Amino acid sequence: MAKTSDLLPAHDGLRRIAQEPYYEPSGSEIDLFQAAYAARLPVLLKGPTGCGKSRFIEHMAWRLKRPLVTISCHDDLTASDLVGRYLITANDTVWVDGPLARAVRHGAICYLDEVVEARKDTTVVIHPLADDRRILPMEKRGETLSAAPEFLLALSYNPGYQNVLKELKPSTRQRFVAIEFGYPLPALEARIICGESGADENTAELLVRLAQMTRNLKGNGLDEGASTRLLVHAAQLMTRGMQPSQACRSAIAQALTDDADMLQTLDEFIATLF
Amino acid sequence: MTNRHDSATLNGKLDYLLGPVLSARRPAKPLADVLSRQERVRQDFILHWIEVIDRSNYELAYQFAAAAAGPAASWSCDDMVPWILAAMDAYDRDGLYAGIAVFRDLEAFRVARGARHTASLSERMPTLTRYVRGLSGRALAIAPGATATTDTDTLFLPARVGLFTEKDKNSNIFNALSSILIRQISESPALAEALQACERHADPEAAARRLARLETIRLSAAVGRDYPGLARALSAISPADSSTDNRFNLLRKPGATVSDSLALLDSLHDIDDLPEPPLPISFHPAVNAVRRARIERQRSELAAFLASLIPEHTEMTPRPDAVEHPFDITEHALPGAPDQRQFELHRDGEAVDLPAPVQELLQSIRQDLGHIPDDYLRADNSPVPTNGHSREVEEQRPDSDAAAADDASDPRYCYDEWDFRRGHYRKQWCELREMDIQPGSPDFVRETLSRHAGHIRQLRRTFEMLRDEDRTLKRQSDGDDIDYDALIEGYSDLRCGRELPERVLVRRHRAGRDLAALLMVDMSGSTKGWINDAEREALILLCEALEALGDRYAIFGFSGLTRKRCEVFRIKQFEEPYGSTVRDRIAGITPQDYTRMGAAIRHLTQKLAAVDARTRLLITLSDGKPDDYSDSYRGEYGIEDTRKALIEARHSGIQPFCITIDQEARDYLPHMYGKNCWTLVNEVTQLPVKMARIYRQLTTR
Repeated sequence: MAKTSDLLPAHDGLRRIAQEPYYEPSGSEIDLFQAAYAARLPVLLKGPTGCGKSRFIEHMAWRLKRPLVTISCHDDLTASDLVGRYLITANDTVWVDGPLARAVRHGAICYLDEVVEARKDTTVVIHPLADDRRILPMEKRGETLSAAPEFLLALSYNPGYQNVLKELKPSTRQRFVAIEFGYPLPALEARIICGESGADENTAELLVRLAQMTRNLKGNGLDEGASTRLLVHAAQLMTRGMQPSQACRSAIAQALTDDADMLQTLDEFIATLF
Repeated sequence: MTNRHDSATLNGKLDYLLGPVLSARRPAKPLADVLSRQERVRQDFILHWIEVIDRSNYELAYQFAAAAAGPAASWSCDDMVPWILAAMDAYDRDGLYAGIAVFRDLEAFRVARGARHTASLSERMPTLTRYVRGLSGRALAIAPGATATTDTDTLFLPARVGLFTEKDKNSNIFNALSSILIRQISESPALAEALQACERHADPEAAARRLARLETIRLSAAVGRDYPGLARALSAISPADSSTDNRFNLLRKPGATVSDSLALLDSLHDIDDLPEPPLPISFHPAVNAVRRARIERQRSELAAFLASLIPEHTEMTPRPDAVEHPFDITEHALPGAPDQRQFELHRDGEAVDLPAPVQELLQSIRQDLGHIPDDYLRADNSPVPTNGHSREVEEQRPDSDAAAADDASDPRYCYDEWDFRRGHYRKQWCELREMDIQPGSPDFVRETLSRHAGHIRQLRRTFEMLRDEDRTLKRQSDGDDIDYDALIEGYSDLRCGRELPERVLVRRHRAGRDLAALLMVDMSGSTKGWINDAEREALILLCEALEALGDRYAIFGFSGLTRKRCEVFRIKQFEEPYGSTVRDRIAGITPQDYTRMGAAIRHLTQKLAAVDARTRLLITLSDGKPDDYSDSYRGEYGIEDTRKALIEARHSGIQPFCITIDQEARDYLPHMYGKNCWTLVNEVTQLPVKMARIYRQLTTR
């Protein structure tokens, strides 16, 4: 994650990323994104949690020198939260742009994180923005906002949830160029852990091996295996003096499950490696 | 205090209870004499358990009586219970002799139980299964064995480990042994060759035994390098003195292979003189046969997957270049862990999505063969050549054969069953298969839909009204939009010098029907005729109504014949749309055998529990008591097992409900389902009309 000091406020109230966020490409995703941006095609980032989707978008915003507006979706998110609303002041009602409208006006990259968490009727407001119309109808103001030429819409989505409620509607997904993210290959993942936490190679390798064991249990008691993010957390705790087993237990095992039996298995994985 | 039974009374009771296994040479008298000297409480306890064990086996009951009167005379009743249960579990699992052995060798039982620091495989099983899967990435079975060994499909591990005085350390030994065996499996191609080399020795058995020892040293060292945390456990397994003996240094080096062990085999003749390790690891005799069978199976599985990637028209018109395989596979190693790989499949240079099971399959093939051979990457490649002719034959086979073929392919599940007399579960007692149902005639559906057309229209209307809709809550202090009515009023208040009210917003509120229902339909033989027709009609009507309502629902049928053949039939899964396929399956519901309900409830509970919903309903549609072919399940046993299964379901957050047409239901249903969780439909013909109504009452506030 980019540190807050890297984010500088710009004149339009949007934040630009000043320093390069650390990102290790695992394929041609950077070229693909640049090409999609050049054609102003909206982008859908698919992949399990903690595999680097949000970091990638920050990196791309930095690369393309565009401000980034990130919206974390949740099931109470309404269309007004995205587009904007009237607020009442002492004697007046004032219109305030929502984050999506702000991004559209100022040509930012708007990133809707975990879009399936939002209700389906909410996601529909992005439809006219995600095709060649590139407009945002603002019903309450009776205004239709045309997107600035630099504007780009990006969504992230985790297809791994085994849940019928958390699937993207075809009418939404068929507007996007999809870039698939997986866990990085082992050697790369170890390098990322070293790069993010300053841990030594041996520790990073053991952590990658631990992650592999947990990913083998996906669908056998775990909904997801350990993400790269969790491995980085554990490594960061270790470089700050925590015992490896304690660090893995807190940063990885407890983050993956509450089930006592599964925790015991994960504890044994940890004891096997550290 | 109640008086003791005297010898004559006991003799009479034992005669009655154990009659079938008593004889002139084996009378009840001596037992009765001994028991007559014991306390009345104890006498009653023993008689009670003889009666319970009788239901399983008379001989077993006799052996219990003999042991209770003899060697176990000094045990308290409380101490005896776990012993009795262990013997009955052994009987259930491995038969009469295993059960008798527990009763006879009660010293062994006491030692095993008394030693609290001993880790037992059965206790470790759930964790160990996941542990092994995590390490190996494939689903290996685990079973108790005399020594630690593997046939490459199953890890055989000692039933108990008591090397250390701390239980944790003993538990860890299981992990260490498993890691070594997994490693052995990953090297099995080389091992197979080494074992063939042993065959050429003068004494092949001794050679294999020595090789096993050397391999233990080598593999322990390799596992220790990969998994530093296992070091202590590994040193306990390694043959004594091997760590200090320099002659084994070669084996402990990184990169040592089985051929290094083989080379040492000839030079080190005194390896037999080393003390036997406490937990020897041996080679399994079936290792090659099992491996070969698996290799064949995996090869066809991969071929089937690759074939599914090729568009149909290519298959129909074989071109000359079709023999050229368009697939290409790349593997990525995990640094330092030689047995883990990540695969990327390319077809004509394009990357193909590899689902997790296929990744696992490739992993497994690689573990067996060391790499993915090129000829595995041909979609048309199959070890058993199938041509059009044989496929035709397959299709023409009569139903009974097809059912037999299903036998092999349908997934099987094992479930515990509650024995109320023992007060304990019979472990893994019922075997359940999940099967497809043969679609029935579409005519039935058509007739039902037209006969009930008016009713269905009405049902849809009523159910549509129950659909959740967003409601707008006015005059809220926070919300998404302005409540103009409130605001205008507020302004006039303001003009009049009053304060502007705070509640001037509207909020949309969603009253969600977050509900999933699973219908389990009785398909026992007793539903034949009217009842079956009514059931099918009721299901079709209910589905029509539920479609209007939008609730998630699934339908399964259940039946069975003895504990080894419990069956659950898929009619509609949760994610499956309600269409002609599902309708034809409903029409295809035909009466089968009996109703062993416990296993079906346990199975469907798991399915329902996996659905993410605030309310989960398990609705049984039934025509009578739980019942099975053998009379052991009939009556109280079946009712108690079903009740227990429903209690388990409630524990996992499921609400069971029963709709029955059995007029005597009030005698047992309140006990099984609870006072308010069942309803009786008096007239079978009313079932189709009433079922939807019952569902509505059940699921609306």
